[in-house]
Amino acid sequence: MTEELTGAEITIRCLQEEGVEYIFGYPGGAVLFIYDELFKQDKVKHILVRHEQAALHAADGYARSSHKVGVALVTSGPGVTNAVTGIATAYMDSIPLVIISGQVPTAAIGQDAFQEVDTVGITRPCVKHNFLVKDITELAATIKKAFFIASSGRPGPVLVDIPKDVTQQKTHFSYPNSIHMRSYNPVTNGNTKQIKKAAELILSAKRPMFYSGGGVILDNAAGVLTELVQLLDYPCTNTLMGLGGFPATDKHSVGMLGMHGTYEANMSMQYCDVLIAVGARFDDRVIGNPKHFYSEDRKIIHIDIDPSSISKRVKVDIPIVGSVSQVLKELIKLIKASKEKTDAIALKEWWKQINLWRERDCLKYDRSSRVIKPQMVIEKLYAITKGDAFITSDVGQHQMWAAQFYPFDKPRRWINSGGLGTMGFGLPSAMGVQFANPTGTVACITGEASIQMCIQELSTCKQYQLPLKIINLNNRYMGMVRQWQEFFHGNRYSESYMDALPDFVKLAESYGHVGMKIEKPGDIEGALKDAFKLKKRLVFLDFITDQTENVFPMVPGGKGLSEMILV
Amino acid sequence: MRHIISLLMENEAGTLSRVAGLFSARGYNIESLNVAPTEDPTLSRMTLVTIGSDEVIEQITKQLNKLIEVVKIIDLTEGDHIERELMLVKVKAIGDGRDEIKRLTDIFRGSIIDVTDKSYTIELTGTSSKLDAFLETIGQGIILETIRTGASGLGRGDRMLKL
Ligand SMILES: Cc1cc2nc3c(=O)[nH]c(=O)nc-3n(C[C@H](O)[C@H](O)[C@H](O)COP(=O)(O)OP(=O)(O)OC[C@H]3O[C@@H](n4cnc5c(N)ncnc54)[C@H](O)[C@@H]3O)c2cc1C
Ligand SMILES: Cc1ncc(C[n+]2csc(CCOP(=O)(O)OP(=O)(O)O)c2C)c(N)n1
Ligand SMILES: [Mg+2]
Repeated sequence: MTEELTGAEITIRCLQEEGVEYIFGYPGGAVLFIYDELFKQDKVKHILVRHEQAALHAADGYARSSHKVGVALVTSGPGVTNAVTGIATAYMDSIPLVIISGQVPTAAIGQDAFQEVDTVGITRPCVKHNFLVKDITELAATIKKAFFIASSGRPGPVLVDIPKDVTQQKTHFSYPNSIHMRSYNPVTNGNTKQIKKAAELILSAKRPMFYSGGGVILDNAAGVLTELVQLLDYPCTNTLMGLGGFPATDKHSVGMLGMHGTYEANMSMQYCDVLIAVGARFDDRVIGNPKHFYSEDRKIIHIDIDPSSISKRVKVDIPIVGSVSQVLKELIKLIKASKEKTDAIALKEWWKQINLWRERDCLKYDRSSRVIKPQMVIEKLYAITKGDAFITSDVGQHQMWAAQFYPFDKPRRWINSGGLGTMGFGLPSAMGVQFANPTGTVACITGEASIQMCIQELSTCKQYQLPLKIINLNNRYMGMVRQWQEFFHGNRYSESYMDALPDFVKLAESYGHVGMKIEKPGDIEGALKDAFKLKKRLVFLDFITDQTENVFPMVPGGKGLSEMILV
Repeated sequence: MRHIISLLMENEAGTLSRVAGLFSARGYNIESLNVAPTEDPTLSRMTLVTIGSDEVIEQITKQLNKLIEVVKIIDLTEGDHIERELMLVKVKAIGDGRDEIKRLTDIFRGSIIDVTDKSYTIELTGTSSKLDAFLETIGQGIILETIRTGASGLGRGDRMLKL
């Protein structure tokens, strides 16, 4: 006979069985029994954040940088509503999370009880799945399912809502080794015929192009993708979510594509004749106006594990439902064995064209400026960290410059909110990254507006001695908003000026960290060097940057990929 | 195009709201929707009627399949199928009208299942368009109340939605 445990004990035991190292959370009435059990053990370490949104972002950063499931624990009512932004952020970027939330006792559900919200209802549209556990005998199996669903197929957040009385009741505990769900069987192996057709089309291309996205990172397929691209000698672009999935410093890389993608990436995307989309979802920020995109004739192969990502925004010729790594491996096999070879002459012409586009030097900026150019800060950051840091980011211009000026050669190094674009993501996600990579160098590139959305986490960083380096590109504006207002709203900077900013140096110091303010281009390098020498301290670097700088290239809304605004 | 999509799903609390939520969140049409447990009480079967272009219907089926509790899906309208909807109509029935209504009900193979001195309640099953035709024939003027279940259906012969 197995032992009888309380629901709270079972919850913790399940997390232990799943090998959970860290759980990011914040206590409250409905989860007190769970916190009590956390207290009695030391396998699962609880990280106390200062706001539930941060718990989610930290768990998310942990997951993105480690390929493990991130776990968060929040209380009922406001605990859950605070967490929603973080849950939606993870959902949009397909990040595997398990969220345990407390709920009012079963008998009180529906009575407008104290701190009651319909958690399953509120989170339904932004989770992969959620559960309300009303019966303690289903608790262990439900948690098992949650981890399984979160991490398989197209990953995503899964929430388990546990009423307080269920955490108190007792039942026999045994954790299932595996779980079978008749209603959930994600496909992983691509259809062999389709893969064969794809291989033929790939080899017949005259102007081929790889377009790779977050799916490559999520599936740990960077190595296979790189092998295939190099084998073929074809160009490759990455989405914002796919950065690091193909090494940016490899000669086949044309950089990021999309709204703020490089000239060469966007032109190649527009004018290729065979497009191989790998774990990418033809986002509106990526292809611009679909009509314009269609105006050029090209054949599209689309590899994605989620059938609903395929032919959603762009009709494709060869859909392949399957995991990126499996399908790419098959393709490599077929291509290596094939008698057909790539069209060397056409390819040479294509590369010639791409190199001409490259010469447009679309990322140039004024390097002799007397005010700090944000791009330069990131270039120096790249040099000083030898391109090997984990970089998290908030949302805005600084995010785009980070993506453009820090070439990522490895996956899981670039951590940002792409789909939801959540300001406030940078700092807490960096905490999670540091927990997952205790010896790694972690920097958060942020703006003076974004950082204030989760600034309270400087306290968490102090408590756990997280030696993050915060790179604040302080342009005194919600720069991305200001840029749109400059381009599309007649320079009317409505409510985008960041007035009454705190003294970030003193603020950092008051939390027990090191603060630095850098105002001259000549001081960038020295400050960064000093900061990274402080291996055990969090350093907040407040870079006072050019207020008027804009992100280029830019594909304006409604325009096509080849209609970029360039410097 | 009008499509009748049939789903087998886990008979669990909240499944209906996942489907309804999906349709409203993604802006898909629902013409009608009905759901009840099947001969296997752990499963329920839902039929929904929706209208959309081929692309939209393709997305609807994919998105429905993605719901964790949905076990299986069939788009009945993609092949041979039988469609039935049940309707109850209460109509004004006085004087000469009473005979006329009875006659029309017979022609449509309906039956009068409740009678008062002023009204008939008619039960009618058939395809949704047959029910529409009946309503049109008897005319808006005498209708007091209608209720329709929305279409249900099965594939013909070997076409089945089964585990
Ligand atoms: C201010 C701002 C500006 C932006 N500008 C740009 C821009 O210029 N360029 C740009 O690219 N983006 C930009 N974005 C991001 C954009 O909004 C999208 O988040 C991003 O383009 C989506 O990336 P993705 O297509 O790689 O898809 P992801 O969201 O990463 O989706 C991954 C895809 O891979 C699939 N997948 C998951 N796992 C697997 C697996 N194992 N096997 C196969 N497939 C799998 C999923 O089903 C999904 O379809 C911007 C965002 C912000 C906030
Ligand atoms: C939570 C949230 N609110 C609003 C926005 C809209 N938004 C996008 S970028 C941006 C400005 C960001 O300013 P800052 O952090 O200073 O970065 P900058 O663009 O100046 O580099 C805003 C308000 C958002 N993405 N997230
Ligand atoms: Mg700013």
